[in-house]
Amino acid sequence: MLLKTSTSPHVHGDTTVRKMMVRVLLALLPAMVAYCWYFGWGLLINITIAVATALGCEYLMLKLRQRPVNPFLSDGSVVVTAVLLAFCLPPLAPWWLIILGTGFAVVIAKHLYGGLGYNPFNPAMAGYVVLLISFPKEMTVWLPPFILSELNFSLIDTLNAVFIGVYPAGFTLDALTAATPLDLVKTQLSIDVTIAETKNAYAIFGDFGGLGWEWIGNWVFLGGVWLIYKKVISWHIPVAVLASLFTIALVFYLKDADHYASPMFHVFSGAAMLGAFFIATDPVSAATTPMGRIVYGIGIGILTYVIRVWGGYPDGIGFAVLLMNLAAPTIDYYTQPRVYGHKRS
Amino acid sequence: MRRLYNFPGGVRPKEHKRESTAAPVARAQLPDKIILPLHQHIGVPAKPVVNAGDRVLKGQLVAEAGNNISAPIHASTSGTVLAIEDHAIPHASGLPAPCIIIHTDGKDEAIIGYGKPRDAGILTPEQLRHAIKQAGIVGLGGAGFPTYLKLANEGKKVGTLILNGVECEPYITCDQMLMRDHPIDIIMGLMIMQRALGINRAIVAIENNKPKELELMQEAIYEVGTPDIELVQVPTVYPAGGEKQLIQILTGKEVPSQGLPMDIGIVCHNVGTAYAITRAIEHNEPLISRYITVAGSVAKAQVLHVLVGTPVSHLIEQCGGNRKTLSRVIMGGPMMGFALLDDEVPVVKTTNCILVNSVVSDVPLPSRGDFALPCIRCGACAEACPAGLLPQQLYWYAHAKDFDKVQDYNLFDCIECGCCDFVCPSQIPLVQYYRYAKSAIWQQEKEKVVADISRQRHEFHKFRQEREKHERELRHKQKRQVVEGQSTQDDKKSAIQAAMERVRKKHEHSEVSPKNIDNLTEQQQKLIEEVEARRKKKLEEIKPENNQ
Repeated sequence: MLLKTSTSPHVHGDTTVRKMMVRVLLALLPAMVAYCWYFGWGLLINITIAVATALGCEYLMLKLRQRPVNPFLSDGSVVVTAVLLAFCLPPLAPWWLIILGTGFAVVIAKHLYGGLGYNPFNPAMAGYVVLLISFPKEMTVWLPPFILSELNFSLIDTLNAVFIGVYPAGFTLDALTAATPLDLVKTQLSIDVTIAETKNAYAIFGDFGGLGWEWIGNWVFLGGVWLIYKKVISWHIPVAVLASLFTIALVFYLKDADHYASPMFHVFSGAAMLGAFFIATDPVSAATTPMGRIVYGIGIGILTYVIRVWGGYPDGIGFAVLLMNLAAPTIDYYTQPRVYGHKRS
Repeated sequence: MRRLYNFPGGVRPKEHKRESTAAPVARAQLPDKIILPLHQHIGVPAKPVVNAGDRVLKGQLVAEAGNNISAPIHASTSGTVLAIEDHAIPHASGLPAPCIIIHTDGKDEAIIGYGKPRDAGILTPEQLRHAIKQAGIVGLGGAGFPTYLKLANEGKKVGTLILNGVECEPYITCDQMLMRDHPIDIIMGLMIMQRALGINRAIVAIENNKPKELELMQEAIYEVGTPDIELVQVPTVYPAGGEKQLIQILTGKEVPSQGLPMDIGIVCHNVGTAYAITRAIEHNEPLISRYITVAGSVAKAQVLHVLVGTPVSHLIEQCGGNRKTLSRVIMGGPMMGFALLDDEVPVVKTTNCILVNSVVSDVPLPSRGDFALPCIRCGACAEACPAGLLPQQLYWYAHAKDFDKVQDYNLFDCIECGCCDFVCPSQIPLVQYYRYAKSAIWQQEKEKVVADISRQRHEFHKFRQEREKHERELRHKQKRQVVEGQSTQDDKKSAIQAAMERVRKKHEHSEVSPKNIDNLTEQQQKLIEEVEARRKKKLEEIKPENNQ
């Protein structure tokens, strides 16, 4: 009697790609809630549009590439891409901006490079950077915290703003928006206003970073720690990103506190926390050896600081991640761990 | 307390050891047929010394060792040799191989002297090794390397003996039950090994999920052992029982890549082997039976004391498994065992577990989905790899058939433990890729050797042709030089003339006189002329007569 054969191992653990992706989304949930608390409904609308676009594009591309739809569509990776991209967009971003960015991320950055597992660049960041370069005006309309709730800006008002660009009577987009703390510090420094003076003059700063932003950062941090605990990500990249960003900021801060923001400000502002735990850790495009991940993370931390302080953009996480994506294969090659029984060098 | 070291990686699959350790060990029923493959060990196959039709007794030698790296095989019970022919054997390839098939007679009659106690104390290390070799003992942990070879200690290289009672794979419990039933015999076997090796230091390692057996073994050491025998609990992590990993846990040392434990002064044996040695040395019983776990989709999972050569189907039935609903049968554990193509194959000396999976309940071995997602480079495999490899890179290059690169990433340090495969979220059959790459590389190398030989032959042929051509040219040149030397400053014409002259002269001479009459003295010449004249005359005399 002939039996079915299989090759060892015959048992498997229960981790799946989908489980990992679901956990990433769960870990983002507290930060999402905090985001909505400070900045209104915009994020949820961003996420909804982005996820719908991403699923549609994924389906289309799988069909075009003649790949099985079900396993890929249900692996959750495209949802994570969409949510992360939505997280990086301004809360009142127009709908077409979101669709454009998500479409670029899924169709070009992911599928044209071979789909899941083959994309050299982080798709969410590729989409984000394309939008940032192409639509600088739309991409920089940020809100100060609580403004929408103070002004009773309802969900319907938000939907109107996003989809048809119409604001309730008495509101204009310009009246609502304000520079982010990172942006403000940068523009003020360029006109010789010291950081301390800027912080006193504007009410958008919190204890470390921006008001509201730093609390979102805290929740991102907690979510990230949970991901490390659940072994969805390893500690190497987040620790390396934050430690290197902190260290380089500390060096310049100690040298000249008037012109260089504090390390805590850098770590808790912009997308640093999100980038460290959720974006730089995208396994497909990151370095994969333990040592390589540390090098990769340090690269992102330093590049982020360089772009923030001396570059043309207020935040640099997106560019830093993409640049280090380029370097990942080389980093992996030179950071292979020592194999059992081989000489210690 | 010994300081323990960590090995990197490892996984913690569900153990499933309770099911088969609840009941005491039972003896497997005597099957109708015993099938003894001639190749149950590492090395060359054994050579049969019986013929079809012979009656054999339990413990009788039926096949002798093929050479020094081989092991003899003994009849597991009494009966008649039915045939010596190809039969399905437990091997991943599923190919049949030569076996001695014995029809059992149910009498279980043993040869004279079988089971007779003997005083091992008087045996020298050399005699011990010889007796262990004669008993057909091979490593019972799974590899099946002839044990006596690992008990030689030339140049006193080995300083530490490790007795492996870790048994880290899920479901497998035969060593555990052996330690429960025969701790004293195991320790005595260990001491025989120590004597054969001429060393005192020994470590017995047991995983800390077997507290009962730990205690029993500790008592046995107190009772019959020496203070030099140390019992160590090791953490329950798969693959802590792998030889290389166990050495690392206990000593912090690593076996050099492509090397042997002996290179760092260590030798490892399995507890089952120690027990077999005691039976062979103290009781004159060759290796004809062993403990085997039968688990999975059977009514009664248990450890059986089984005669080597018993068909697997027989054991499944005894444990209440339904042969009609079998889907998969694994020999060995779920992590490193292999699937049998046929349940009629016999168990062999190295069989430790039969894991049964039925179509009714796919519980023990859930089928892997047909569809694996692409690698997302999450690195879970690298974190799980006990060898410190980068399985994701190995997969990448094995998949791309880049066999140079895959060796750059040290494919051949992979022990195929399956940890990477176990943790892979994309459910990629990683180990299968590594096996494929390894065999493809071996194949390439084999072909390369053949190609090298024919290339060498071709090159030598070419070299010979060249040499002959060269020699010919040299000869011609020399000849030319000689010719040129004779006809100095003469032009070509005169050279040709001279040659023609020589030829002509030669012809002239050869017509009248053979070569051996050149340069004769005057006297000789005269004599010859006389002889010639006589001959002429005679010829003329004869001629007319002939014409008539």
